[in-house]
Amino acid sequence: MSTDTLAPRTGAAAGTAGERPLVEVHGLAKTFDVSAPWLNRVVERKPRQFVHAVDDVGFAITRGRTLALVGESGCGKSTVARLLVGLYAPTRGRVVFDGQDTATLAGAPLRTLRRRMQMIFQDPYASLNPRWKVQDIVAEPLREHGLLTDEDTQRARVGELLQSVGLAAADALKFPHQFSGGQRQRISIARALATQPEFLVCDEPTSALDVSVQAQVLNIMKDLQRAQGLTYLFISHNLAVVRHVSDEVGVMYLGRLVELAPKADLFSRPRHPYTRMLLDAIPDVHMSGRSRTPVQGEVPNPLNPPAGCAFHPRCPHANVRCSTERPALQTVGGIRVACHAVEEGRI
Amino acid sequence: MAVTADKPLLEVRHLRVEFPTRRGTLLALDDVSFEIAPGEVLGVVGESGAGKSLTGASIIGLLEPPGRVAGGEIVFDGRRIDHLSHDQMRAIRGREIGAIFQDPLTSLNPLYTVGRQLVETIQTHRPVSAQEARARAIRLLQDTGIPAAEARIDHYPHQFSGGMRQRVVIALALAAEPRLIVADEPTTALDVSIQAQIIALLKRLCREHGAAVMLVTHDMGVIAETCDRVAVMYAGRIVEIGPVHDVIHAPAHPYTAGLMGSIPAMDQERERLQQIEGAMPRLNAIPPGCAFNPRCPKAEDRCRRERPDLAAAGATRAACWLAASPPGDGR
Repeated sequence: MSTDTLAPRTGAAAGTAGERPLVEVHGLAKTFDVSAPWLNRVVERKPRQFVHAVDDVGFAITRGRTLALVGESGCGKSTVARLLVGLYAPTRGRVVFDGQDTATLAGAPLRTLRRRMQMIFQDPYASLNPRWKVQDIVAEPLREHGLLTDEDTQRARVGELLQSVGLAAADALKFPHQFSGGQRQRISIARALATQPEFLVCDEPTSALDVSVQAQVLNIMKDLQRAQGLTYLFISHNLAVVRHVSDEVGVMYLGRLVELAPKADLFSRPRHPYTRMLLDAIPDVHMSGRSRTPVQGEVPNPLNPPAGCAFHPRCPHANVRCSTERPALQTVGGIRVACHAVEEGRI
Repeated sequence: MAVTADKPLLEVRHLRVEFPTRRGTLLALDDVSFEIAPGEVLGVVGESGAGKSLTGASIIGLLEPPGRVAGGEIVFDGRRIDHLSHDQMRAIRGREIGAIFQDPLTSLNPLYTVGRQLVETIQTHRPVSAQEARARAIRLLQDTGIPAAEARIDHYPHQFSGGMRQRVVIALALAAEPRLIVADEPTTALDVSIQAQIIALLKRLCREHGAAVMLVTHDMGVIAETCDRVAVMYAGRIVEIGPVHDVIHAPAHPYTAGLMGSIPAMDQERERLQQIEGAMPRLNAIPPGCAFNPRCPKAEDRCRRERPDLAAAGATRAACWLAASPPGDGR
């Protein structure tokens, strides 16, 4: 759909099939220690407890493309976002950005890397400092990375950035509370773009917005991608939004990728039973009357995930193997899916 | 007691809700009129601040002070309820009109078991013994699809997941067999797979119990799946009301059309979403004429001067000068 949107600023021949991806993630895992305090463990004999928020997640994003991660609350999609930008350190696995393993970097090279990737957060009310003017908010990354030290050029750059997201240059003198939710999210985008990053991690950027405002923000994000050749990791729980923005889609369930496929394949021919269930669960605005299977059950407690395939208690196709052996992500007919039933050709 | 099919269960006429503030009075709802028939599901949709939740709160008499009903009337089953005293309203709320709110955790008392809360609700409104009430509570929990209801009834709200809690809240709302349920964003806090289950459950139970529903939500998809009719609100007024199918497929008001165009669709692909420029005006800065005119691509002089009222427009009723004009006159 959007292969014509590749406009690399590096001048390299981007988008061709054999090109090295901008972002590669290998076997990424993050475990959180949620044990009770030491004294309680000793006195009440409580065991240590760990949540495997992200487990063995791997994907690659080509320059100028968008990978979307979808899943329900607690599936680990936001943890992946935070691992990628370095807000969390991975327990296992590697994040490779433009050929460099991010874990091996420190000092100046790490700062350069930080400049090349930025993040947009979900809540535009919490992510902007209410005591700072927009000028200071948007210019902060410039100051932090020592890119533009002269105040006049800084001001001019902030004006440009604000205009690029559909705000006025004069808005730089206002405070965040003078803006609506959609405008605030545009300020967040302007701030993220300040260092001219190549890779943006967007964690539910439109979930807090009304639909008409969501449309404005999604359109701006697509326009910016086309104009600046940006690469996106787009985290969302809304499959309709994902369908609109992404090139590839990864579906997560309880910390693992269960399906990773080009958008067209995922939406026209979902393979994993969980993907099918998610697609069936979406309310149908256009009342097309498509046949759907009712959804059953809930996401299990991540502290105590089911053995085997984590989805098997809710899966209509589960058998003995599904409840004992965890399926690995395998390439089946051009897409990647972690399901015994698909692998065996049962569905 | 019995309501005939042609008489509406709830009538809201010219409802006006004001918020007196230090800097003048804000008009939060202005001339809102609609009705709900017995057993009907009416959706109320709109963006944040459009007044949809306030409409629901006015009906169940839970308007947060300093907000107050300043005009119009709310008639439930032939009886005016908007000027009842606190105690009189308490007798109606729960018994005649049930309520379901967005956040299932704050709707339940964390210190009492769900059974105690259900039994208390049933006994407040129905003259039954504690044992009967408990048996009824278990049946309600079973109806809402809670597994092992006999055991779960003695659990506390925190022992339930979000989706299960919302089932308990639905059981609570249905406990006294009300004839109208006001559901304010009942699935917004839930994941899609849980949302689908709760919507199906709400629909089924209300049909079985013969309860009418006023479903307040910002999600057009939920409306399309659930409702018979839908009212679209904008800046404190209803701009369009009609059968769901007609409002979605042939919206008469430019705001409804814009709203529909801005929703990313699952079944078709568009390079760009249609967007409505700007944002909804704040209550203290509602423009004269039609409140939507600064964002409306078709606005004319008249739209900036005179305020349109709801009038027949195709299969729906819309508050728009351009929609009311006969079809085929260009714009």
